[in-house]
Parts: sequence; structure tokens; C-alpha cells
Amino acid sequence: MAKKAQSTLVNMLLSLTAIALVAAAALAALNAVTKAPIEAAQKAKVENAIGAVLPKFDNLKDQTVDGCVCHLAYDAQGAFVGAAIEAGNDKGFGGHLQLMVGFDTEGNVSGYQILETHETPGLGALAGEWFQKGGKGCIVGLNPTQGSLTVKKDGGNVDAITGSTITSRAFLGVVNDAAAIFNKLEK
Amino acid sequence: MKAKDIIKNGLIKENPTWVLVLGMCPTLATTTLAINGLSMGLATTFVLMMSNIVISLLKSVIPDKVRIPAFIVIIATFVTVVQMVMQAYLPDLYDSLGLFIALIVVNCIVLGRAEAFASKNTVGQSFIDGLFMGLGFTWALTLVGMVRELLGAGKFFGITLMDGGMIMMILPPGGFLALGLLMAWINHIRRKSVKKA
Repeated sequence: MAKKAQSTLVNMLLSLTAIALVAAAALAALNAVTKAPIEAAQKAKVENAIGAVLPKFDNLKDQTVDGCVCHLAYDAQGAFVGAAIEAGNDKGFGGHLQLMVGFDTEGNVSGYQILETHETPGLGALAGEWFQKGGKGCIVGLNPTQGSLTVKKDGGNVDAITGSTITSRAFLGVVNDAAAIFNKLEK
Repeated sequence: MKAKDIIKNGLIKENPTWVLVLGMCPTLATTTLAINGLSMGLATTFVLMMSNIVISLLKSVIPDKVRIPAFIVIIATFVTVVQMVMQAYLPDLYDSLGLFIALIVVNCIVLGRAEAFASKNTVGQSFIDGLFMGLGFTWALTLVGMVRELLGAGKFFGITLMDGGMIMMILPPGGFLALGLLMAWINHIRRKSVKKA
């Protein structure tokens, strides 16, 4: 085995600097390669969510209202068919909750997708299915633009997720916020 | 040391999870699903293998007094590689493992093998050690994940076998229970087979 480098100041400085430089150069090169795919993956995620929450559409126009990105959908004739709104709040049990909520022309919920969640697995994380069509607390078809949606415990008509009232309240809060933004859209 | 012994050490005799009991944080946190355990294990295996090779190559040029910072820089580099590649090509998996990928940097198994093995052995031996220590960690994580997913959600790698399950098994207490009981059981078998031989 080669003789080990002594722990002199010069040796220590040289070896650490060299290692750090090589590491930084390697990561910079890799970043150049993966930057485009990472952006594409994030874009695809948003596009998939829009497709999942809206009825059929041909064109999309983006609008920003109150800091929320809204995707307005039109058919081939240019008629408005609905809007997908990205909204979120920090009232979830695990912190931030970000949704993509879809509305039809009347303001009825046409679907939703969770974009970011930190809810408890097995409890709050069930929000991904619970409020969908066929789920126990289905909100699809309800109209939050006329009056806020609330859980039954608060006098509303939506079933909260069993054991996850906080998540359910945060979730409906985001849907109601999205509905308020929907009312402000220029269609 | 013979390759066969290094392999046996990593997978069973000195298994990082069951015997050395290292890296408990990712073990408990990522094993809510079998597939998450498997992915976390494989990501750690890659980092372990690569950092073992590089550290073994550089062992004679890294002065003793700065070896820990040098090891950490090398390990962190490979973790960032995993993170960027996963974010680009496996975004869904990245979303579910998220923070825990970055935390591989401070996983005691990786630094432990660098210090205890790679800095004292040849490149070839260090490569085998990294690979099989990683695979030992992987099978342990996958097993814990399988048990928790089956009892907690009634699923096996995402395929529904039973309707529902005990939510507790997916929550942190279930992680401690599954890990502790599996550890006791596996060490019982291991001791019995050692006695026989």
C-alpha cells in the first residue's frame, strides 16, 4: 500500500480543495443534463392534473388571479368549457396542501387532483380518493361558487375523512378558495 | 478478506439493519410501502457502492485529520446524483421518497462503511462490500415495507389482497413494531443456524 499522506496543513488544504472541485464540476455537468427532463417532468405533472380535472377541451389559456395560476379551457369553437385552478393553504395536518381544482362553466366541481401533500399516510393522505366521484365524501358535482363547502361536523354536507377532520377542513378550504377565484376569472 | 465472506457479512452476518442496527431513520420512515422500501434501499446501495469505490481509491491521498469532511463531500456528491436523476426520470418516486433521498448523506451505514471498510481495504473489496451491504439494507427495508403494507393497507406491492387493514401499521408505531418483531425473529433464526454450524 502506498504511503499515507501526512496531515500537514498543505496536504489537508490540497486534498479537500481538489475533492470539492471535482465534485462540484461533476454535479454541474450532471445538472446540465438533467435540468431539461426535470422541468419536463414537472410540466407533465401539471398537464396531467389539468387533463384529469376538466371536461374535454381543445385550448388552454393561463391567467393569474390573486397569485394563483388558473388554466382556462375552451373547445374548438372558442366556447368556455371550464377552468382548472391551482390553489393551496397551510392548514393541513402536515402543513402545505396544494390542489388542482377543476370547475365546469356553472362553477360545479368537475374534479380535483392533489399536487402537494404532507398528510398522514392511511389517514389524511386518503384525500386523494375520498372526495373523488364514488368516494364517501364526493365533492364532484357540488357547487362551491354558490356557498362554501363544509364538513358535516361544521354544519355542512360533506363527509369528512374518518379520523382526519383537520385534513378535510383544509381540503375544503382550498376548494372554496379556488371557487372564489373561479368567480373572479375573466372567461 | 475473501469476496464470499464480504458478501455473507453484508447480507446476513453483519446486516446493517438486523445486526448493526444502523440507518434506522430511513428504515422507519420510508417503509410504509414495500416499493418505497425497495427504492430507498437501491438508492442507498448505489451511493454506498460508489462512495466505497472512490474513498478506497483516494484513501492514500486523504490525510487522516480531514478524512471525515472528505468522505462527506464524496458521499453528498453521489446522493445529489441520485436525487437529480430520480427527479428527472422517476418524478413520482421522488415525490414519495423526497426528503429521505437527501438524508442518505447522513445515513450512518454509508459513512460507517467508508470509515470501517473502504478506507482500509482494496478497491475491489470495497466495491463488493458496498454492493452487498447495500443489498442487505435493501432486503431488510423491503421486508419491513411488505409487512407494513400488508397489515396496514392489505396490499402486496400495490396489489390489493385484503380489504383495508390496520392504519396503525402504516403510522410510526407500526414501523417500530414491525421492525422490532422482525429483528427479533431474524436474529433468532440467525443464532440458531450459527449454533448448528
